[in-house]
Amino acid sequence: MSLLTVEHLTIRFGGLVAIDDVSFAAEDRRITAIIGPNGAGKTTVFNCLTGFYKPDVGRMCVAADGQEWLLERMEGFRIARDAGIARTFQNIRLFPKMTVLENLLVAQHKALQRASMFSLAGLVGAKSFRLAEQAAIERARGWLERCKLVHVADDEAGSLPYGAQRRLEIARAMCTGPRILCLDEPAAGLNPAESAELAALVRSVRDEEKIAVLLIEHDMSVVMEISDQIIVLDHGRKIAQGRPDEIRANPDVIRAYLGTDEEAVAAP
Amino acid sequence: MGQVKPAEAFREAALAALIALLLAIPLVGFRLVDGLRGLSIETRFDWVAWGVSAVFFGRLAIALSGTRRRLLPDLKSVGAALSNLPGGLSRFAGGAMLVGALLLPLVPFADRYVVEIAITVLIYVMLGWGLNIVVGLAGLLDLGYVAFYAVGAYSYALLSINFGWSFWLCLPVAGLLAAAFGVMLGFPVLRLRGDYLAIVTLGFGEMIRIILLNWKDFSGGPNGISSIPRPDFFGFPFARTAEDGQTTFHQLFGLEFSPMHRIVFLYYLILILAMLTNLFTLRMRRLPLGRAWEALREDEIACRALGINPTMIKLSAFALGAMFGGFAGAFFATRQGFISPESFSFIESAVILAIVVLGGMGSQIGVVIAAAFLILVPEFLRDFSQYRMVLFGMAMVLIMLWRPQGLVAHRSPSARLGGRA
Repeated sequence: MSLLTVEHLTIRFGGLVAIDDVSFAAEDRRITAIIGPNGAGKTTVFNCLTGFYKPDVGRMCVAADGQEWLLERMEGFRIARDAGIARTFQNIRLFPKMTVLENLLVAQHKALQRASMFSLAGLVGAKSFRLAEQAAIERARGWLERCKLVHVADDEAGSLPYGAQRRLEIARAMCTGPRILCLDEPAAGLNPAESAELAALVRSVRDEEKIAVLLIEHDMSVVMEISDQIIVLDHGRKIAQGRPDEIRANPDVIRAYLGTDEEAVAAP
Repeated sequence: MGQVKPAEAFREAALAALIALLLAIPLVGFRLVDGLRGLSIETRFDWVAWGVSAVFFGRLAIALSGTRRRLLPDLKSVGAALSNLPGGLSRFAGGAMLVGALLLPLVPFADRYVVEIAITVLIYVMLGWGLNIVVGLAGLLDLGYVAFYAVGAYSYALLSINFGWSFWLCLPVAGLLAAAFGVMLGFPVLRLRGDYLAIVTLGFGEMIRIILLNWKDFSGGPNGISSIPRPDFFGFPFARTAEDGQTTFHQLFGLEFSPMHRIVFLYYLILILAMLTNLFTLRMRRLPLGRAWEALREDEIACRALGINPTMIKLSAFALGAMFGGFAGAFFATRQGFISPESFSFIESAVILAIVVLGGMGSQIGVVIAAAFLILVPEFLRDFSQYRMVLFGMAMVLIMLWRPQGLVAHRSPSARLGGRA
């Protein structure tokens, strides 16, 4: 069984069918890219997976460590905490007034809160809590090093340049210790050099952390380079799925991206 | 800033004079006189004329000399310097204030009046620190904080009168009851933020006050509760003469009886309570729960995406903030010996919120400065009787021009990569 299985996912907003019967699976140590024209429903898929929207139809299941989680039945924060789905946002959502390091510590809330025994051990300054906090800081330092952010660790997150904020958001998501990482347009607004760096980072996450990566991206050079599997959405429907070279040659995909006269006529 | 054209300066002065005229006619121009034949209106347009011309020429002089534009940035740079105080210096300032507070009752000019005022300031410092958890850290705008203060005060008053519980037993109970009310308020407002939350909390504060006002059997209604037991020194009362089998405080220490003993004791009591609130908040900020409060203030959606349960975080902020309000309320009741719903009106909530906002959201030392300012300034202005509130309002406007982000806007990180924060 796959790590993540999505079956017949459907969600309607009023009369608009935003996602129409989409099924796919994602494996760990694989990068699955979701691409499609604007408005195809890519971010909506993420919002369903992470509990921000409840789908009208469909089943989303995470299976790992001999357990199964049915995402459509879980509250948003539990999906992140228990099923282990971490995400980044298209329009970066950091904690801007907190420092870079604090952002990464907030991400480790679950472990730290337990170590502080819901603040009781923390209030009396118990040693077990201090050790746990030290471990959390070391873990954060590891991710700061990988994302080349160590030198700004004590700066306000909101004062960082755009590219650094994007990297920090990925580091923060990884600090939650996820099974699945959902990246919503991580290369948006980055220059080609930064995009290449980001691609290398995402690949290293896949190879070293043994997690599944879901990726929404418009930058085709990034998508084609790093994806193991690509899913193409158009008007909420899955129109293709396959390896990058298959997708590149798929006539339906080319039509969806370039548009043809027949499609304009056939559209309801 | 270059030279100002005379015509422009004239126009500015005329505009200022017009505004002054519009304000002065109703405010200064007419005066209600309670004469022999009932009420009559007396006009004082000569005062208006003098005032308006003073505004005109004053404004003209400022505009021509071009100092107006320099004045404000100067103040701003002072403010920036104040907020960029290095952590060590601000800790030093905090320590100096604490030593000053500890020594206050011992200095020669500290008569009964001074210590009483200091107690009032400390009550508001404590309330400000309590509300700071909710507003400053968790970012939940609470306009009904006084409700928890009232819950604490009535808890102590009713428990001590009806059941004879001592202050030391009532204090934690009052805090817990207030925390329970905090959770009660928290549940229905979980999904609200900003203005909407403010409206509901405002309503909650008024509900508590109106219940206390109308439920006569329970709370004594508008008459309030009087002869609330005063605190004793761990079993030794502050009294001139001891009842049978009791030792009074002055007998215990072999002192001459003085009513000041109790006041100084109350002063140290509230100082300890306030410092406990402060230490608790400072500690919480470095714990995961405190960091989650701040993260919630910054971005609730991101919190949820990181697996943090916003419900728990909000309720804990409401409950803990309310608990300190309850402690302060119990202290207030034992200090006053008399409480009534009048002490817990909306204006109290507004003052406490003003202390937090004026001090700089989330800043502990800012709360102290702001509380001292908001309580002491009206006190010093008593001599100006009816102009007191005008001057007070003016001072508030000036501070908001000078430091719109609050007196101390500096936020020190709760953890640093290079060693401890």
